[in-house]
Amino acid sequence: MDDLIIAGEKFSSRLIMGTGGAPSLEVLDQALAASGTELTTVAMRRLDPGARGSVLDVLRKRDIKVLPNTAGCFTAGEAVLTARLAREALGTNWVKLEVIADERTLLPDPIETFDAAERLVADGFVVLPYIGDDPALARRLEQAGCAAVMPLGAPIGSGLGIRNPHNIELIVEAAAVPVILDAGIGTASDAALAMELGCDAVLLATAVTRAQRPDLMAAAMKSAVVAGRLARQAGRIPRRRYAEASSPMTP
Amino acid sequence: MDVIVGGGIVGLSIAWRLARSGRPVTVVDPAPASGASYAAAGMLAPVSEVTYTETPLLRLGMASLRRWPSFAAELAEDAGLTGNAGLTRNSGPTGDAEPTGDAGSPHGGLGAIGDGARLGLDLRADGTLDVAFGADDLATLDELATYMEKLGLPVERLTGRECRRLEPMLAPSVRGGLLAPEDAWVDPRRVTAALLAALDRLHVPLVRARAAGLLRDRDGSVAGGSVAGDRVVGGRVVGVRLEPPPGGPEPPSEIRAERVVLAAGAWSGELAEVPVRPIKGQIMRLRSPQPLLSRCVRGTVHGSYVYLVPRGDGELVVGATQEELGFDTRVTAGGLYELLRDARELVPGVTELEVADVVAGLRPGTPDNVPIIGPSGTPGLDLATGHYRGGVLLAPLTAALMVGDLGGEEGELAALCSPGRFQEIS
Repeated sequence: MDDLIIAGEKFSSRLIMGTGGAPSLEVLDQALAASGTELTTVAMRRLDPGARGSVLDVLRKRDIKVLPNTAGCFTAGEAVLTARLAREALGTNWVKLEVIADERTLLPDPIETFDAAERLVADGFVVLPYIGDDPALARRLEQAGCAAVMPLGAPIGSGLGIRNPHNIELIVEAAAVPVILDAGIGTASDAALAMELGCDAVLLATAVTRAQRPDLMAAAMKSAVVAGRLARQAGRIPRRRYAEASSPMTP
Repeated sequence: MDVIVGGGIVGLSIAWRLARSGRPVTVVDPAPASGASYAAAGMLAPVSEVTYTETPLLRLGMASLRRWPSFAAELAEDAGLTGNAGLTRNSGPTGDAEPTGDAGSPHGGLGAIGDGARLGLDLRADGTLDVAFGADDLATLDELATYMEKLGLPVERLTGRECRRLEPMLAPSVRGGLLAPEDAWVDPRRVTAALLAALDRLHVPLVRARAAGLLRDRDGSVAGGSVAGDRVVGGRVVGVRLEPPPGGPEPPSEIRAERVVLAAGAWSGELAEVPVRPIKGQIMRLRSPQPLLSRCVRGTVHGSYVYLVPRGDGELVVGATQEELGFDTRVTAGGLYELLRDARELVPGVTELEVADVVAGLRPGTPDNVPIIGPSGTPGLDLATGHYRGGVLLAPLTAALMVGDLGGEEGELAALCSPGRFQEIS
């Protein structure tokens, strides 16, 4: 499979993992290993980057790049502050920008997100914003200098899959930066669909960490992302209303 | 002589059981019973705490729950406790226990003890009610119930109305629940106070000083390790080096021992190479003239967990956050807000109660959430740490493991928490 390139950095895995919801660090570690991920996002609120034996140590041991995120922030101000603290603590200028509108849906707030993205780009960050499946906002964020866009398939942790595949296709069609399907993945076929729609990568956490067997689900997601990518590149056949004999016309 | 480093519920329990068996023992702790044991709610709830990947923890918890009645009875006796605040069942705040006679429970809940022991520990065995809000939370709970039934655990699925018949103060929006009738709870502050009293009566020395390092015998020469750079590697542990509290009475600067038992909770990693990390929990204690609940209530409110534990004296414990912030014990606005927000969703009446206490404690977490109990690999050093959220529940079993007082079926439990499963421990 071809490499994923974000802001000039190459990744051979197109599965980006989150760490939330794992029952223990050991279970998380096994799931990350099975997923083959090379980039994993970590919520910086309520995490001391200097503490021994934390989730960051698990990632370091597996040589997985840390993508700090601003989960739990409700305003652009909080998100910018969290991103700066993360940069200082972890020595990375990458940030998954997440500004949520309310606790019930955890849907991203487009206005606060755009505001924060502008400020973070100006401050030298590599910004990967989590957004709704809105093609217009995706385009604006790309124009503002974001390194990728991360539209949701469905609300965080819902496992509802990709509710509006058409919008995801529109975002993919217009984007010159990587499109990473973020949130809503419930099972392997959802991840495969995201890749078939043309997404460059998939980010997921709950689907794996809250599965009854997280390691198995992580392996399933790894295969699904590869399968979806290959299918996209292979080019699917057009849908037909009636059958078309596959034999014996040609050898 | 054995030296126990750490005077929380785990260290004190080990010291008490050792002293009871006639072994000379000393406890070292600058401030006994003031850490995680002081913060803990004291749920003895192996069934309702089950998660998909953690059946070893379930087995340890069930075994320790079975030990709690006799542990509590013997502790009450040794501590010289009397009074009527002991083991109760569906008895309300006055402590008028009714023996229920369900001693034949196949799962070995606390029914067996009846009201034979009035312990002063507020040990209660009325079960845990795990409730769900909204269809999403209920679906998650239903799936968990199926898993529990597959494991053969005693749980009952209840409708929202059935939940509210058991606990009328629950919000009408409760959609359904799961009753784990054999789960129990205890007041950890009363337990540690009783343990300290029992140790005092058994004339066990309690040295109020910080263990700053382990004394090790290398090639016949004894050297004191420092906290920072000198964790245990090789050699034989022959005691602990002490650092007296500033301004306090001068204790000896070191204590020699045949065996050191490291039971220092979240601080264990400061003294030896063990994969234990602090996981902060903020917890609050409310007080009501009338009890709002008659059993432990846990709930999922839009995916966020909270529990409420009622005490016989009208206290209601609401907990707890889980934060990976190192050795930070600040109580924060956000932490308390989240606890109260979720508790109020479950039991709207909580907002009328007096706030009696807010505290943050540090749970000793391990990579697999299972404690580390047994020989460390370094002669002279045993480990009893990493109990994470289960220190109170697992204290009786941990003490039994350290004293070598195991029942027939319990032998294999030692392997589950063996330090040898981690490469880091040499």
